[in-house]
Amino acid sequence: MKIPDALIPPPLKKPHRPGEEAGPNGGDPLAPLKEAPADLVGWLDERTGGGSFLTGLLYRKVPKGTNWFYTLGSATLFAFTVQAVTGVFLAMFYDPSPTQAYASVTHLTNDVFLGEFVRGMHKWGASVMIILIYLHMARTFVFGAYKYPRELNWIIGVTLLILTMVMGFTGYLLPFDQRSFWATVVGVNINGTGPFVGPYLSDFLRAGAEFGPATLSRFYAIHMLLVPGLIIALIGAHLYLVVKLGTTAPPWLRPKRTKATVREERV
Amino acid sequence: MADAADKTNGRTGEALPQPDPAGYFEGESMSRRRALTVAGQAVGGLAGAIIVLPAVGFALAPIFKKPDELWESVGPTSRFTADTYKPVVFTLVEGIGEAGKTTAFVRQGSPKYGEKSSDYVAISTRCAHLGCPVNFVAAAKSFVCPCHGGVYDFEGKVLGGPPVRPLDRFQTRVVKDQVQIGPRYSVTSQLEPVRYRDPGEYTGGIWNYIYPPRPDTPPAP
Repeated sequence: MKIPDALIPPPLKKPHRPGEEAGPNGGDPLAPLKEAPADLVGWLDERTGGGSFLTGLLYRKVPKGTNWFYTLGSATLFAFTVQAVTGVFLAMFYDPSPTQAYASVTHLTNDVFLGEFVRGMHKWGASVMIILIYLHMARTFVFGAYKYPRELNWIIGVTLLILTMVMGFTGYLLPFDQRSFWATVVGVNINGTGPFVGPYLSDFLRAGAEFGPATLSRFYAIHMLLVPGLIIALIGAHLYLVVKLGTTAPPWLRPKRTKATVREERV
Repeated sequence: MADAADKTNGRTGEALPQPDPAGYFEGESMSRRRALTVAGQAVGGLAGAIIVLPAVGFALAPIFKKPDELWESVGPTSRFTADTYKPVVFTLVEGIGEAGKTTAFVRQGSPKYGEKSSDYVAISTRCAHLGCPVNFVAAAKSFVCPCHGGVYDFEGKVLGGPPVRPLDRFQTRVVKDQVQIGPRYSVTSQLEPVRYRDPGEYTGGIWNYIYPPRPDTPPAP
């Protein structure tokens, strides 16, 4: 015999199924809509397993003493993101031909709405990114966070620093004014002074023995396709290792020698 | 029988020969799995090479391209004297507009420096340190670089500063009373011509091997 629903006190009532208030859809006709976001997330999670991945990524354990210095890597990543986004918008107006490059940059700076602002973000953001990388590197060095088992992440980080320098070097030529032209001449010739391979390296950079029609487009391709791809791939590897290995505690924090740990050590 | 059971699939008929080493049948030098793995990797490697090699060749080809010999008239012979340099502007690289032009300083040959007066000397403005444009200062009879302070004498030999060799020169010739400027060449500290090298690279002696000549530069006169 089923007890009539109305006679059961609320705390003892069988819980409703999601989406049902009192009976199927009873009471709230909007209930299925309210469930929709959760259903969508559930649909995605069931098919990708992204939920557990994000939980592991975002809710990982960090050591005691983690402080603001640990945000420098994220800050560098943010600077890179700014460079990538502003770079995409600059590329919409930039023309990498030796006869048109300067005019297109002038047009972008002087005529395009907010063009000067976006170009300024890209220009100053480049310096900010280098500064942040050095601060991040200094934090890693001073805190001893490059030691076992994180040596590989240090090596990846140094490669990323070098690639960022390559970005600075190749990007400097693109406005194609007198300053960037001669600075690049000097930079390529410094590359050329390396023994044995130097002359061929500078030929590769210039696409020939002299600055020619292909030099600027070569720098442009390296600047916006080759090196960014490498940087994104290496940032992925860098972050994977950070999540996998965890971060280090600051060097001034020693593990507390409780009675339990001391006894363990004596055994 | 029990040790051959895995190869007989449970049949109890006559036993197959025991493979030696494990996984290999009699007379096989390679298992089927291994052969397919090698074949798969070979096909993948070939496909990769077909894509990568042309791309690398495409990027490296300019290093091996023979340069065209450009000669350009820069003025009548009467314009140039032996006691001072006159600046001339001409096209070094075609197809990139103003960026492909360069300046050279030209004078008539002088017996004082062991040159014939029918010859003309064209000094490149490309500093032998890192390639900035040098300027001829007539009052001091010397070439001065604005970037890092390199100074050269009247013949283009290094007087001071960081440059590693004298200023480069261009080949010259006279056609119908017009002075023409041709391919660039570098010189040693004794002004002997060598194949053109980039700024910052020493010339002469062992340096000719440490900074090997490149196939995309014209031969020395």
